[in-house]
Amino acid sequence: MTEQNIADLEKEKRKIKSVAKMKEIMTTYYIEAKTAAESGKKVAWITSGGPVEFLIAMDVIPVYPENHGAMIGASKMGVDLCEKAEEMGYSRDLCSYARADIAAAPINGGPIGGLPRPDFLVCCNNICGTVLKWYEVMARYFDVPLFILDTPFIHKEFSPAAKKYVIDQTYEYIAFLEAQTGKKMDYDRMHEVSRLAVEGLRLWQAVLDTAAHKPAPMTAFDAFFHLALIVTLRGTQTTVDYYRQLLAEMEQRIKDGIAMVPNEKYRLLWDNLPVWYRTKWLSEKFASHDACLVGDTYTSAWSGVMDLIDPDNFIESGAVAYSSVYINVSLDKMFDTLAALIRKYDVDGLVMHSNRSCKPYSFGQYDLQKMVMERLGIPTLMIEADMVDARSFSESQIETRIDAFMEKLKT
Amino acid sequence: MQLLEKLCQIAENPYAYAEKIKGDARTPIIGYFCSYAPEEVICAAGAVPFRIFGTRGDISLADAHLQSYCCSLARGGLEDALTGRLSFLDGTVFPHTCDSIQRLSDIWRLNGGFSFHSDIVLPVKLDTPSARTYMTAVLRDFRDELAAALKVPLTDDDLTSAVRTVNQIRKHLGDLYAAHSKTPGILSAKALHQVIKAAMVMDRKEAAADLAALLESLGLDNPPTVADSGRKRVILSGGICNHPDLYSLMEVAGADVVWDDLCTGTRYVEGLVGETGDPIAAIAERYMERMVCPAKHSDNTARGRNLVELARTHQAGGVIFLFLKFCDPHAFDYPYLKQFLDEAGIPSMVLEIEERLPPEGQMKTRIESFVEMI
Repeated sequence: MTEQNIADLEKEKRKIKSVAKMKEIMTTYYIEAKTAAESGKKVAWITSGGPVEFLIAMDVIPVYPENHGAMIGASKMGVDLCEKAEEMGYSRDLCSYARADIAAAPINGGPIGGLPRPDFLVCCNNICGTVLKWYEVMARYFDVPLFILDTPFIHKEFSPAAKKYVIDQTYEYIAFLEAQTGKKMDYDRMHEVSRLAVEGLRLWQAVLDTAAHKPAPMTAFDAFFHLALIVTLRGTQTTVDYYRQLLAEMEQRIKDGIAMVPNEKYRLLWDNLPVWYRTKWLSEKFASHDACLVGDTYTSAWSGVMDLIDPDNFIESGAVAYSSVYINVSLDKMFDTLAALIRKYDVDGLVMHSNRSCKPYSFGQYDLQKMVMERLGIPTLMIEADMVDARSFSESQIETRIDAFMEKLKT
Repeated sequence: MQLLEKLCQIAENPYAYAEKIKGDARTPIIGYFCSYAPEEVICAAGAVPFRIFGTRGDISLADAHLQSYCCSLARGGLEDALTGRLSFLDGTVFPHTCDSIQRLSDIWRLNGGFSFHSDIVLPVKLDTPSARTYMTAVLRDFRDELAAALKVPLTDDDLTSAVRTVNQIRKHLGDLYAAHSKTPGILSAKALHQVIKAAMVMDRKEAAADLAALLESLGLDNPPTVADSGRKRVILSGGICNHPDLYSLMEVAGADVVWDDLCTGTRYVEGLVGETGDPIAAIAERYMERMVCPAKHSDNTARGRNLVELARTHQAGGVIFLFLKFCDPHAFDYPYLKQFLDEAGIPSMVLEIEERLPPEGQMKTRIESFVEMI
């Protein structure tokens, strides 16, 4: 065998085989969503942090504009759509997921020819205030009803009044869905969906946990890809089955000693959303320094609150859990989570993506960075970029910073 | 017009005023950033609510905490906290508004060094009964928290009395706005802007008395008749304005700002709090009923319809949007508000402001050509 052949075989060995299954599931899901009208099903657009379980239980097809934004970014169609949004009057300083998605709607733009038209919208503001404005735009554009699940931000504690407010709204949400679908909620079905949701979350967390192994069988870049199901199809058997398969594959890789980054020497943690149009470049850049991004704060955000959910009392426990997600809490609470991740994955450094598109995730990063360096003695790297709008990505500058950071780590 | 001069000076240099009232009496002063801060409660606790408008200085210390893509209000306010310019504050209250202010609150609490810090995590949607119940509960919690921090009883009577004072301020300011809209020459738009800003930082009893005296001195019962000056009438819409010179620029260009839809404007004035019954419920009621700021949700087209109606009511020929750069809620509403105005045949333009105004010549040209067009 030639050297090239050996290198190819090595590369092949490292590929995650479940990827094909994942692509198949996502394709089926989008075909179903796009042909919902023909099959008589309702389509709801919902935010990534929203309680999709109720939609699944009511047989409504959930569609995720944020996932759409990520796909637009990954297929490098972000700049074009963002510019179109700017022509429509939306400032360049606004979230690029929102800009890209808003611009895609009237022209059926983007990699899948636009999202299927919603029958109604469900917006949960536990991830940001931006989704509220984005969904208002969409509610006006499509002229469809909008339900808002308002999850009060947790600076210090989740007050009894806040808890009651979110629980009250959960019942209002159910009533809204009943009105939109013209049928009653089947609480037995809801219970089953809740059970599957928690099981899916546990499996997803177990998948992420495998990267604590040295060397890591997967990286944060893989997690960004495999995340899609826990967001879009949480509460389904499909998701449970898929993550079970993925977990088995990861465990096998550990047994077989297959690392995602050959010669993994430095373990890093990623903070904030991915730079969707540059995941490959960044992944290879870090790998060239024998560095592996073993974990991140983003993909564990969904499973981070799973212990708060009681499937036997989903309505009440879910209200607390949904309000407690990583980005809906204060910086001190975020630091606790960050510190726990740093310990769990035993990382040598923290890479923070200062993401122009995501203010609630990015503002406070400087303080978190300082806390991590001072309290944990972990070196940090700050990268200025944007998750979808490639105009905010300066390759030479970022390359220089990564190289300098890695040199520092190596000494 | 000594009184007007006094108020303008306070607006020009609010920190000097705050230092003065702090004085030997050590009057508690509580800072706030938003028109959803329940200043009635702060007054009832014997403290002075003090609106923070950003900074007049350069931003350097805040750069270590907030990225360059954060608005100048958050960065500027933080700068003044970190440099000690706001050291007269006993604490700060952060009603939940936007993502930036929400994170600023954390940064402020961790780095500001003020003894009192409160987050009033208000509901974001203001159009449901459960949100109303929650709003009232949150305001009640704030009342208890503040009373404990300042060690005052903060009775219902204190609250009702504070509500009356702040209502008086709103009524007086409302009268000034109405008079100015009717007869723009009666008080320059810049002066009106300064007066309202002064009211947001002053001891509220003093402000109420000063405003009453100001109205009296203007003789509004018998306003001077002004011949049709041929001057244009415009409305400002947006968040906060910390640049009084803008009003002068418009005046020079031949336009009077006859009304506004600003946080440092009618959002402060609009609606009175009920003076009977449970005062906390009444304060909540005002927030639920008032036209929403874009960081809050109510009827999805209410702001658009309202803006068109304002322009018609005040016979404005155009609307100038005044946005802070990086202010997401306003930037998201802009295309739809513009569309509503377009459909009503009302021209509009956008001025995007950072901590400093663009070079005067540039602003002047833009404003002049807009004024000419309307």
